[in-house]
Amino acid sequence: MRINKHPILGKLDRKEICITYNGSDYQAYEGETIAAALLANHIRVLRYSEKGKKPRGIYCGIGHCYECRVTVDDERSVRACVTVVQDKMKIRSQGMYANEI
Amino acid sequence: MPMKYDLVIIGAGPAGMGAAIIAASHGASVALVDENPVPGGKLRGQVYKEPKANWWIGQEIARNMEKEIKQLGVTCFLEREVWAIYPKWKIMLNNGEQLESDYVVLATGAIEKPIPIPGWTTPGVMAIGAAQVMANIHRVKPGNRVAIIGIDALSLTIAYDLKMAGVDVVGIYLPPFNEFSLDKSNPLKMIAYLSSLSHLAPNPILKLLGKLGKQASVQKLGVNYYPPFGMRVWGIPLHLRKAVVQILGDELVEAIKVTTIDRSGELETKQEKRIPVDCVCISGGLYPLVELANVAGCAFVYVEDLGGHIPLYSDEMETTQSGIFVAGNSTGVEGAKVAMAQGELVGAIISNRLGLLKHGTELIKQAKEKVNVARKNAVIKFHPTIESGREKVLHLWNEKAVK
Repeated sequence: MRINKHPILGKLDRKEICITYNGSDYQAYEGETIAAALLANHIRVLRYSEKGKKPRGIYCGIGHCYECRVTVDDERSVRACVTVVQDKMKIRSQGMYANEI
Repeated sequence: MPMKYDLVIIGAGPAGMGAAIIAASHGASVALVDENPVPGGKLRGQVYKEPKANWWIGQEIARNMEKEIKQLGVTCFLEREVWAIYPKWKIMLNNGEQLESDYVVLATGAIEKPIPIPGWTTPGVMAIGAAQVMANIHRVKPGNRVAIIGIDALSLTIAYDLKMAGVDVVGIYLPPFNEFSLDKSNPLKMIAYLSSLSHLAPNPILKLLGKLGKQASVQKLGVNYYPPFGMRVWGIPLHLRKAVVQILGDELVEAIKVTTIDRSGELETKQEKRIPVDCVCISGGLYPLVELANVAGCAFVYVEDLGGHIPLYSDEMETTQSGIFVAGNSTGVEGAKVAMAQGELVGAIISNRLGLLKHGTELIKQAKEKVNVARKNAVIKFHPTIESGREKVLHLWNEKAVK
C-alpha cells in the first residue's frame, strides 16, 4: 500500500521503526500516524462499535469523528489518525469483548 | 499557572501560521495551539500544478512556515485540544495547561460534511479528505481500487491526487438522494456546478469539466444526453447518471452497488450493478469548523456562499466578542492562499492594536489587498459565489453596528 515513488513528491525515504498491533509486529515509518502505519500493513479494522460490535476503521482522517479509537500502551481511546507512531509502541483494537465499553 | 501571551492562535494551518508569523515578526509574544503533532493543517496534503508556474507542494510550504515560526520564537502547543475559552480571554487545554491573552485568533479550518449511505461505516469507507491525507502526506494508498461518491472541487482534486499516486480510481459517482446528499444527488445540479469550475483549474480533470459544463449545448441537453456509461476524464470515469446506493462487505469493503438514474432523475433499481472495490471515499463538501467561536459567545450568521454557519466578523476580522478574531476556513471555505493572506491580515491588525506598528494603517491596507488578490486569483473555488458571501457578511456586520 506504500506509495514509494510519486511523480511529483519523489521517492519515499523514511526511517523504519517497529510497532505491535494486537500482539503482532509490524513495520512503520517514523513520523507517520498510527492509522497510516496500520493501513500500510493492510489493516483497516481498528475497533468494534459499542452497540452491535460492528467493525470500524478510519473515517475523517483529521481527528474529528473519533471512529479510529485504539488503545496505545494501555491508554484507551487514542485517535489513530492524529497520533504519531513511536518505536515499540503497543497498539490494540477496542471493543472486541462483550464486557468492554 | 496560566501562561500569558500577547496573542493566542488556535489552529496551526495556513491561516494560523500566517497570523503567527506576522505578529511575532512585529515583536508580539505568540502561542500557537493545534491538535495535530505537526503544524500545517490541510495545507500539508496539497499537491497541484499552478497555471504558468511550478507545482504547489503544500508540505514544503508548511515546513518553511514552521521553520519561520520557530525562528521567530512562537511557542507551539502541539497535540493539544482547546476544551474551553473564558472571558477575557482564558484558553483551557486538554492537558490542564491554561493560556491567557487579550487577543485570540480562531483559525480552526473546515470539516467535511458526511453523507450517510448504507454500509458507510464499514472499514474501507472514508471521507475524501482522509484519502488525501493518506496518499499525499503519509504516502499510503487509501485502497487499490477506489470509488468516489460526490462531485465537488475537493473530490475531483483528490481523484487526480489518487491517480498520480498510482491508485485505480474506478469511478466518481453520485450519492443516492437523502436528506444529507440533497443537490449532490441531482444530475442537473451537478452539471450546473461543473460549469462553475474555473478554466484555470490546477488539474486537467477540473479544467476539462469546467469547459464542458460551460457549453450551452451540454447545459441545455443536460442529463438526458449524458452517456449512461459515464465519461472518461483523465482516465477516470465520471458518472452523472449513476448513484452508489449501497456499500457492500461485512468486515471490509468488498464492492459498491451502483444504480442508473433515469431521465427523470429516478433510480432504475432493475439496473443494479455490483462493482468490486476495496475503498470508498465520500465527499459531501466542506463547512467551517466554528465550535470555539460558539464557546466564546460570538454571534453567528448563516451564509450559504461561505459554507454555512460562521461567526459574524468585521472588516478587521474581529467577531462580536472583542479580542476574538477569525481567519481562514472558519470564516468561509476557500483555498490555502486566501487563508494564509487572511491570517497575515489578522496578524497585522492585532500587531497594530498591540501598538507594535509604526505604519499600521498602511500595512493593514496592503494586507487587505493581498486577501482580495488571492481570492481573485484562486484556482480552486469551493463556492462559486464566495465574493458575494463575503459582501453579505460585511453588510450584516454594518447592519448590526447601526442597531
